Amino acid sequence: MKLVTVSGPPSSGKTSVILKAIECLKQESYKIGVIKFDCLTTFDNILYEKVDVPVKVGLSGNLCPDHFFVSNIGDCVRWGLMENFDLLISESAGLCNRCSPHIKDILAVCVIDCLAGVNTPKKIGPMLKLADIIVITKGDIVSQAEREVFFFKAKQANPKAMIMSVNGITGQGAFDLSRRLKDTVEIANLELKRLRFTMPAALCSYCLGETQIGEDYQMGNLKKMDFEVFS
Amino acid sequence: MSIPALTIPLREMILKYPYLEDFFISLGLKDYHVDLSCAEYVDQLSDGQIEDLGMDREQLISNYTEYFQKMAEIALRTTERVRSITIIGGRDKTGQAENLSFTMKTGDIICVVGPTGSGKSRLLADIECLAQRDTPTGRQILINDSVPNEDKRFTVEHKLIAQLSQNMNFIMDLTVQEFITMHAESRMIENVEETVQSVIVCANELAGEKFSLDTPVTSLSGGQSRALMIADTALLSSSPIVLIDEIENAGVDREKSLELLVKEEKIVLMSTHDPILALMGHKRMVIKNGGISQIVETCAQERSNLMLLQQFDGTMIRLRNMIRSGEKIDFDIKNLFGL
Ligand SMILES: Nc1nc2c(ncn2[C@@H]2O[C@H](COP(=O)(O)OP(=O)(O)OP(=O)(O)O)[C@@H](O)[C@H]2O)c(=O)[nH]1
Ligand SMILES: [Mg+2]
Repeated sequence: MKLVTVSGPPSSGKTSVILKAIECLKQESYKIGVIKFDCLTTFDNILYEKVDVPVKVGLSGNLCPDHFFVSNIGDCVRWGLMENFDLLISESAGLCNRCSPHIKDILAVCVIDCLAGVNTPKKIGPMLKLADIIVITKGDIVSQAEREVFFFKAKQANPKAMIMSVNGITGQGAFDLSRRLKDTVEIANLELKRLRFTMPAALCSYCLGETQIGEDYQMGNLKKMDFEVFS
Repeated sequence: MSIPALTIPLREMILKYPYLEDFFISLGLKDYHVDLSCAEYVDQLSDGQIEDLGMDREQLISNYTEYFQKMAEIALRTTERVRSITIIGGRDKTGQAENLSFTMKTGDIICVVGPTGSGKSRLLADIECLAQRDTPTGRQILINDSVPNEDKRFTVEHKLIAQLSQNMNFIMDLTVQEFITMHAESRMIENVEETVQSVIVCANELAGEKFSLDTPVTSLSGGQSRALMIADTALLSSSPIVLIDEIENAGVDREKSLELLVKEEKIVLMSTHDPILALMGHKRMVIKNGGISQIVETCAQERSNLMLLQQFDGTMIRLRNMIRSGEKIDFDIKNLFGL
């Protein structure tokens, strides 16, 4: 089985792009399953089920979604193998722009949209900067100039990635993406695989349920903003 | 290339390659104008800083070298100029062979006609990904009469098609001048200011109503936006092919627009069913059942019909302007149309 991690800011077009790529792969009788990771709720499973793609949803609830991802992706792979998928796709919304579900040696795709503003590629962390493929969506509604600037900024932020433009509605560009998904490596499990980048160094009092604001209640791994006027 | 880039002091590198500065800015780094080499600079960053960057030291250095190479490639414009694109036929949805080899050259205006869903987007996708008999249509695309290198297929610098359609809008919060400057800078051209000026002059020649440098792009009228998009694509886009999805018949001079694109040596593909635009094309590609069913060449009779249609069009524009300026159209207009 092959595994691909797809991430990107909320509503950037991940599901649309995945569905279009699946359409291409199904013509070659590929068996595909999807895992959707989200925080509170998602309706993506309905979209996948509508086109008969087996899907499992993982909601992190009050846990950090990326920590939740790492602790569950191994089981997801086991499920995929049991179901005899040719390809398992994990879709996750990158919520704090800091983390990334990307794993070393596993194809990593980041989906961003042109509407997000030209500084977005700069602002997104490892999710974009360490991806192998950057998919840019919604090019159909902005000008050619904005598209070109956006591509350039994405290239600057991650010069190694292959940048593709996919229209999540018409599917233009999805065939090229599907070929890249097909070309990726086979895995039997995720033992010994590593994340491409560390998760945030957490564990402060607030991670442990503290709700009270104030110096006396802040404990553990803290970082303070620098206000020169206070010192 | 990577070794000297890593050992030369950053201050010197940035002086020589100003675009390197953007690499550090985009990572939110400061104090990079130093007499340290990139490797030394990265070494002395604190673990906290590295943590915030979202990359470890090794990844940072490898991104830096890659960035340097990619930007140098763009700035040097080492890429070969596209003079022609050839489509070698595959098959349509019913499996019927297209049986054709069609070459489009710079300066050609080619209309793409056929009902929605007939296969236009598949054709564009084939061109865009430089299909090599490996897409569902089985078509092959040649550039300058030969098979393109595999590494050309997916890179930003080699994007083949610039697209212009009525659904496109400007969304950036910038003035016309700032906006075009930003685009010019991303192309890493040398004479930014001059090029920006000529884009704006050009756009104003195409637009029905003039606009100034300091107009926010989002407050341009439909015609003005279209004019700016066309001028910008003609003069600043790196793509050799321009795909136009209709040009509305208001607020922008369609004939001049096409002339400009041809003058700038673009291959113009126009998806349209407007008889005036279609007859302005040199050839029409007829799409049916997901395949190219025929190529129609614009004939002499069609060209003279075009002149007549343009006269009617001119009259309609005059009538529109009368309405705009508050006049009445209460006279016999039969003569205007030679009826
Ligand atoms: N115009 C346009 N709209 C698009 C495109 N791609 C996606 N959309 C629309 O954008 C919206 C969000 O798309 P989704 O695919 O649900 O985005 P997502 O990233 O999966 O969203 P979450 O999983 O909720 O984070 C939908 O309304 C899509 O129809 C595109 O290329 N062009
Ligand atoms: Mg989704």
